[in-house]
Amino acid sequence: MKYVLGISAYYHDSAAALLRDGEIVAAAQEERFSRRKHDARFPHHAVAYCLAEAGIGAADLDHVAFYDKPFLKFERLLETYLAFAPRGFRSFRIAIPVWLREKLFLKDLLIRELKKVDAGAPWFEKLLFGEHHLSHAASAFYPSPFEEAAVLTLDGVGEWATSSLAIGRGNRLEMQREIHFPHSIGLLYSAFTYYTGFKVNSGEYKVMGLAPYGEPKYADLILEHLLDLKEDGSFRLDQQYFDYCTGLTMTNAKFAELFGGPRRKPEELLTQKHMDLAASVQKVTEEVMLRLTRSVARETGQQNLCLAGGVALNCVANGKILRDGAFRRIWIQPAAGDAGGALGAALSTYYGMLEGERTRSNGHDRMRGAYLGPAFAQHDIEQRLTAAGAKFDRLSEADMIARAARDLADGKALGWFQGRMEFGPRALGGRSILGDARSPTMQKMLNLKVKYRESFRPFAPAVLREDVADWFELDDDSPYMLLVADVVRNRRRAMTEAEQALFGIDKLNVPRSDIPAVTHVDYSARVQTVHEDTNPRYYALLRQFKQLTGCPVIVNTSFNVRGEPIVGSPEDAFRCFMGTEIDVLTVGNCYLEKLRQSPSLKVDYKDAFELD
Amino acid sequence: MMSFLKEFWAFLRVRKKFWLAPTLIAMALLGALIVLSQGSAVAPFIYTLF
Repeated sequence: MKYVLGISAYYHDSAAALLRDGEIVAAAQEERFSRRKHDARFPHHAVAYCLAEAGIGAADLDHVAFYDKPFLKFERLLETYLAFAPRGFRSFRIAIPVWLREKLFLKDLLIRELKKVDAGAPWFEKLLFGEHHLSHAASAFYPSPFEEAAVLTLDGVGEWATSSLAIGRGNRLEMQREIHFPHSIGLLYSAFTYYTGFKVNSGEYKVMGLAPYGEPKYADLILEHLLDLKEDGSFRLDQQYFDYCTGLTMTNAKFAELFGGPRRKPEELLTQKHMDLAASVQKVTEEVMLRLTRSVARETGQQNLCLAGGVALNCVANGKILRDGAFRRIWIQPAAGDAGGALGAALSTYYGMLEGERTRSNGHDRMRGAYLGPAFAQHDIEQRLTAAGAKFDRLSEADMIARAARDLADGKALGWFQGRMEFGPRALGGRSILGDARSPTMQKMLNLKVKYRESFRPFAPAVLREDVADWFELDDDSPYMLLVADVVRNRRRAMTEAEQALFGIDKLNVPRSDIPAVTHVDYSARVQTVHEDTNPRYYALLRQFKQLTGCPVIVNTSFNVRGEPIVGSPEDAFRCFMGTEIDVLTVGNCYLEKLRQSPSLKVDYKDAFELD
Repeated sequence: MMSFLKEFWAFLRVRKKFWLAPTLIAMALLGALIVLSQGSAVAPFIYTLF
C-alpha cells in the first residue's frame, strides 16, 4: 500500500490530506482544529487527524508532498523587484527578511516540523514539492468523474502562474500553458475587494454577494484601462493602477482617481457605488472566464471541464460557464482554494510520480461529498457534551431527524452537526446551520442574530437532488454549492413598482419567491443538491421536511459566526449554540434545546472573533 | 546549509537563471543587512504574494 500525505501551509489556509493507494482517506484544514481563521501555520492537528483516520503512523508514509515550490516563488519575487526597481524598495525591505530567515529554507523548516510528528522518520527522502498550479489542477482532475478533461486553474498567484490550462487523461495530467504574474484575474478581483473595503483573501465572497445589488457601470472602464482582454480570454493588467508588485496594498492613487475617490474603509456604510463596483468586477470576471472556457473548448475539443484555484469558488461565474454550454459537463474541486492544494500535491505525487492507476469512475466523483474530516462516535459526543454542561435528549436517528424537521418547519434555527466534517470552505450538511427557506424573516434573522454578519449577504439553499429542477433553473448535480442558478419563474413573485424602486439592501427584505430566504435580489441562488449516497442523514432530513411542508428546500449556512472557523468538535458546536440565537442543536443523535440549557453557560460570542 | 546551496545551484541550472546569480548575491547581502538591522519579520502586506 502506498500512503501519500499532502500539505499546504505558510501562506493561508494550511491543510493536510492523505491518500491510500490514490484513494482519499482524509483531508482537513488546520483552522478547524486550531480555531484560528485561515490559520497558515504548519498543520500539525490536521496531519495528526489524517494519520489517525487511516490508522497509521508517520513512518508508514511513503511520501509527503508540499503544494508549491519556494525557490520558484523566490525567483518571481526577485525578478519582480528587479523589474520595478527602485520602486518597491519598501516592500523588498519587508519581504526579504521573511525569505532569508524562513521561506527560502522551507525544506528545512518543513523537516523540523515533520520531526515533531515523528523524530525518527527519514523525512528528507520523503519530502517532495509540487508546483502550485499543478497541485490545483491535480485536485480538480483526479477526483473528478471524468476520464478525460480540460483543466483550468485560476487564482491570485502561485509561483509564477496565475492561470493555467492542463489536459487530463486517465492518470496523466499535462500542463499546456499558463498566464504569469503580475497578470492575474484573482488579483484583479482582490484589488476590487480591497477597494470596496473588504478583507483581501476572504472578502471576495462578499463582493460576489454584493454584485447583484449593483449595475456594472464600471465594467467598460475596467476593460478600457485596467484589463486588456483578448478574444481567447487571455489578458494583461495595466500595472499603473495597482500597487501589489511594489507596495503593501492592492491598488494605488491612480486607481482611486479612475474610480472617483478613495477606497471604502472597512465596516463603513456601503453605498450604491460600491455595489456598482462589485457588479462591474463580477461582470468582467465572468467575461474573462467565459472567453477562456470557450476558447479552451474550441481548441482542445474536450467535452469536460475541471476547475480549481480560488477564482473557481466564484459560483456565479461557474453557473454561467455551465449554462454557456461550451463544455458538456463541468466539475469543480470543492476545496478550490489553497487548502485543496494539499490534496492536489498528494494526488499529483501518486498519479504523476508514482504512476498509480486511476480506476474508472462509476459516474460519481471521488470526493465522497467532501465529507473527509473527523466524525465523532455517539458515546464520545455524549461524553463531550456532558462535560461541557449541556442538557440533551438521546434519541434514535429516526426521532432525531423527525424532531429536527419539525423544528425547521416551525421556523427555528437549527444547528446540525453530523458525520464527517467537510473539506473546503463550504458547510455542506455536516457542520451547518439550517433554517426554513420559505420564511420571509429567516434571512434577516440568521444574518443578524445567528451569524452576526452583514445584512446584505444572501444564504444558500440545499435541495433534494431529484427536486432541483422544480425549484431552480438547473438540472445537474451541484453537491458542493459551487453553481449559482435562478429560481424557476413559476416560483418567483413579481415585485411591485414601489418594491423595484427600493434601494439595495432594502430590496432583499422583499419576498421575491416562494423561498425568499435563499433568493437573491436578482432571483439567483447558490444551490447545493443533496444526495442520499453521500449524506443519508441530511437527505433524510430534507425528505422529512418536504413531507411536512411540501417544500424540499432549506437554508444551509456554515456553523460559525462571522470571523470564526466552522465548528470542528461537539464542544465548538455547543459553544456557538450558546453564544448565538440558534434554537435547537443536534449533534449525532443528541438533541439540545436552547430553553433547557443553563443560562450560566451563555457566552458573549458576538465580539469573540476578529471580523473577516 | 550545504544541501540548501546544492539544491539552489541545481535550481539555477534547471531554470537557466545564472544571470540572476550576481543580482542574487547583491540582494542577499542587502537583505542580510536588513535582517541584521531589524527585529521582526512579520510582513504587513494586504496580500502576501509569497
